[in-house]
Amino acid sequence: MSESAGVVNIVVAGLGGQGVLKASDIMADVAFRSGADVKKSEIHGMAQRGGSVTSDVRYGPQVLSPMVPEGQADYLVVLSQDQVEHNLWRLKSGGVLLEPQPAAPVAGMPAILDEISNKRSINVAMLGMLSVYLDIPQEVWIEAIKANLPEKLHEVNLQAFEQGRRQGEARRQAGR
Amino acid sequence: MSNEEARLLLSGNEAVAQAAVDLGFALGTGYPGTPSTEILENFSLFGGKAQWAPNEKVALEVGLGAAYAGARCLVTMKHVGVNVAADPLFTAAYTGVAGALVLTAADDPGMASSQNEQDTRHYARAAGVPCIEPADSQQAYDALASAVEMSERWQMPVILRLTTRVCHSKTIVRRRQLPKPQTAPHFRRDPQTWVMIPAYARPAHRKLRAKLSEIAQWSETAEINRVEPGRDGGELGIITAGVTTVHCREAAPEATILQLGTTWPLPMKKIRSFADSVKRCLVVEEGDPFLAENLRAAGINVESKDEMYRFGEMSVTRVKRILSGDTSEEFVPPRGKPPALCPGCPHRDVFGLLRDLGCIVSGDIGCYTLGVLPPFQAIDTCVCMGASIGVGLGLRHALPEEEARKVVSVIGDSTFAHSGLTGLMEMIYNPPPTGHLVMILDNGTTAMTGLQEHPGTGRKLDHQPTNRIVFEDVARAMGMANVHVIDPNKDPQGLERMVREALASNELTLIVARRPCILAAGKIKGYEKAIAEGKGDTCNE
Repeated sequence: MSESAGVVNIVVAGLGGQGVLKASDIMADVAFRSGADVKKSEIHGMAQRGGSVTSDVRYGPQVLSPMVPEGQADYLVVLSQDQVEHNLWRLKSGGVLLEPQPAAPVAGMPAILDEISNKRSINVAMLGMLSVYLDIPQEVWIEAIKANLPEKLHEVNLQAFEQGRRQGEARRQAGR
Repeated sequence: MSNEEARLLLSGNEAVAQAAVDLGFALGTGYPGTPSTEILENFSLFGGKAQWAPNEKVALEVGLGAAYAGARCLVTMKHVGVNVAADPLFTAAYTGVAGALVLTAADDPGMASSQNEQDTRHYARAAGVPCIEPADSQQAYDALASAVEMSERWQMPVILRLTTRVCHSKTIVRRRQLPKPQTAPHFRRDPQTWVMIPAYARPAHRKLRAKLSEIAQWSETAEINRVEPGRDGGELGIITAGVTTVHCREAAPEATILQLGTTWPLPMKKIRSFADSVKRCLVVEEGDPFLAENLRAAGINVESKDEMYRFGEMSVTRVKRILSGDTSEEFVPPRGKPPALCPGCPHRDVFGLLRDLGCIVSGDIGCYTLGVLPPFQAIDTCVCMGASIGVGLGLRHALPEEEARKVVSVIGDSTFAHSGLTGLMEMIYNPPPTGHLVMILDNGTTAMTGLQEHPGTGRKLDHQPTNRIVFEDVARAMGMANVHVIDPNKDPQGLERMVREALASNELTLIVARRPCILAAGKIKGYEKAIAEGKGDTCNE
């Protein structure tokens, strides 16, 4: 019986209506399509009405609890800058924080939220940034984005994903 | 079925819906309630016949009738819905069923979206109905099949108890070939079984207890109660159930774990021998110490969690703390932004007015309960579905006149359909000396749970047209003299005039403040357009 060896822990955070759950759905689908065991967890209902929302995705050879344990997130992906601070406790020491409008710009690039044309695609743009850090082929991401969004939104979201990827690459090269 | 090997990524709710289709359930009925709502929605999407009932009591009664007819029927609700359905539940245990009846109750430990964190297992024991608990979506899929097997074998209702983290977690599921019903529905005349007069109910109670002891016997060897060895060869044993099982597995890879798939009745012999087989035996469960108390009552010596862990959800961190006996103060996560009424929400117009008029507002269950938070702070009580009217009347009866005049009951449209009519009847039958004002905040949908239809919308679960209950017509037919309908956003002055007049009079008044939910308005237009064009289901997203 294994424990949580090799499990990647991701927390997506933002505000109700920003597409937190859509982002975690896509993320979970990406992991699922890559053949991994995957679990995703969140809460619905009253908690969602415009307030803070988080969703957990875990994948790896075998995932047990569906919730990322306290302070164990490898990646904290935040869709709204004001949602960063109170979610930092989820991140493990040395974990990667991905922000939409970080205080310190990366390699002279504008913040991702300022760069994308449609602000509603911030969830997919942030996934683009995350994708650079995860060992899953880009085609799988694109397949999952297409499968989880209506066709009329494919173009704008694939563009946002690509912009997020470029930012992620620059960020990663800067060692952050 | 050709898709036996296919991997699917499903929520627990989707898995139950898929299993219901694969098992050939004839009907799914229930009332929306987080975290249970998506079961019926998905059952409908997957091709099942699903419908929203006005409330959980009616849903369970419809399900019971279908199961008397020999069909397989799924009835879904959240934990507090079981309170509403408790009346038929307790006697359904006596009558039993001819087909299969599965009551899926979704508990909400931690109260993500509920007014209490009651534990449905107490109902299973109190009513004498078997209870099954899965840990993830695959087990939820399999558990519905087990529930059907038990319901048909012992001809009785079975509770499938889910919790928030089972309902709303997605995990991998493999479908399999599940047995379809063997016989077509047919009514077997058998008054001694179906008619619970005392003379027939007395033997029925004895029969129920006999069935439960047979089920307990069966559960001793049933695969659903599994022992999974750990690394330490029997030092630590954990007895657990539901999603807590996977938290335990992660927190304690060394432990041998007995996962109880049936949490009522309990396989006491199996549990006793498990407890005897390990050096240290601990019960780890979410919510009330239901298992621990029942095991101790049976004389099985087990350790259990500290009282502090009765509250809120279980987690890997908490299991580790329980195992090490840690009762120090827990880390409290910083609070994020609280939920709020949406910008453009029609309830905003009503609560702004009630706040400005200094009303004492008896509230109810729904999005509009958020009227309690700033900037409105205009809800003074909230208990359960429909309580706004009764509690408002009680306040009017007891308060001195000056205060009594300020009391207003506010109730949503879906909540009014659920439990408002009897409150209205009470108001007409026992009017307070100062009269009373009831406001139906009619936003045309069951908003809080995710925009479900109800009898007042004129559309069914799948958004197809049906008969519509018109609240103002019902109120007039019941004898209400002052019944007004107004759009609170378009005519705020008119609304204020109506409310002031009602509060100043000694009469009974109903105001229907009608304007669609800002999130639902576009969808409702789409449904109406599709219905007008005769192709209703194209907008079913």
